[in-house]
This record gives sequence, C-alpha cells and structure tokens, in this order.
Amino acid sequence: MTQYETIFIINPVLSGDETKKLIAKFKGLLKKEKAEIIHEEDWGLRQLAYEIKGKGNGYYYLIEYKAGNEVVKNLEVEFGRDENIFRHLTVSLDKNAIAFNVKQRGGAKATKKDEPVLEEAK
Amino acid sequence: MAQTQGNIKYLSNPVIQNSRKKYCRFQKSGITHIDYKDPEFLKKFVNDQGKILPRRLTGTSLKFQRKISTAVKRARILAILPFVTDGFKA
Repeated sequence: MTQYETIFIINPVLSGDETKKLIAKFKGLLKKEKAEIIHEEDWGLRQLAYEIKGKGNGYYYLIEYKAGNEVVKNLEVEFGRDENIFRHLTVSLDKNAIAFNVKQRGGAKATKKDEPVLEEAK
Repeated sequence: MAQTQGNIKYLSNPVIQNSRKKYCRFQKSGITHIDYKDPEFLKKFVNDQGKILPRRLTGTSLKFQRKISTAVKRARILAILPFVTDGFKA
C-alpha cells in the first residue's frame, strides 16, 4: 500500500457544482477501491503557464492517498475517459516526500504511525 | 609560446578564476525533497526562457540535479511552469 499523490486539472468552464460532482466521482471511485484518502487540497482556479485546449486557466485539485497499484491504474483510466479533465499526474511518494508533505501541512494531520518529522537542518 | 601581452595573443586560454567555491545548496541546508508543486522554489533553477540551469552554473550535486529536473518536468506537465517562454522571471 504505497502512498500516492494525484493532481488533476478540470475544465474551468464547468460551474461550481459540476466540478464538485466531478471531484466527488473520483473520490468515490477511490473509496470504492478501499483506498485511504489522507489529504486533499483544493487549489481552485489558477492561471496556467501555457494554454491547454484553448483555456488560460484551470481548476486544480490534489488528492493524497494510500492504495494498491491496480487502484491507480483504474483511476488513470477514468481520468483518460473524462474529457473535462485536462491533465492528470499521479506520483508515488517516497519517505522524504511523505515527510515533506506532513511538514508542509504543519504536521497537524500526521499519519497514523506518527512518523518522526524530518527537521530542516541536520 | 606566443604569450605577447601587447595585442593579447594567448596560446592557451587564460584561466578564469571563479571567485567562490561552488557548493551544493541542498546538502548544505539539509533539504531532502524538492517539491514539484511550488513554482517560486523551482524558479531559482530555471533561467529566463524556462530552461533548467546546468550544474556547472548552480553547482548542485548530481543527485539533486536529477531531483530538480524531474520536479521541473512534472511542474511543466501540470502547467505550473512553462515549457518555453521569454523573460518570465521578472
């Protein structure tokens, strides 16, 4: 059960509740596959560095979760199918990345095992 | 042999003394993970056109240069950093 982090960009044209529905759909898929969602971040509408499909900005959403690799495969297929998702990127997190994310969140929601937080300078 | 000082004709190119000893800033400050999500940090390693700076300029070690390049490439996929632009680091 490695830890993954997925970011996807949603079409900015969609209205508020449509994006919510889309995000809920993917989270539901994760829950159905019994993945453990650790952290979510809603970056909202952001300016893109370059145009994607003729749009200058996009709705970013980030999900950090623990899952097996089949779950990720199904998720990626779902992302590919949906044309409202412009871009999606799934990254597996090693221990440094996990520690970084925990510290980034101020260590408030440390994972259950409460691993030691890496202090900045040795 | 033709090292005449008059019209500056050197046979071998003059040694350019680099003023300071280059060091890998990541090992010195103990950073272990380079995040691909925040553009401000990545902009330090990217030149004006959005290209990744070479190691000989930044002096970073090979291990961290690879981490920088994967982080920048991931940021480019997610349109956090541009692939190519001009003068964006104002």
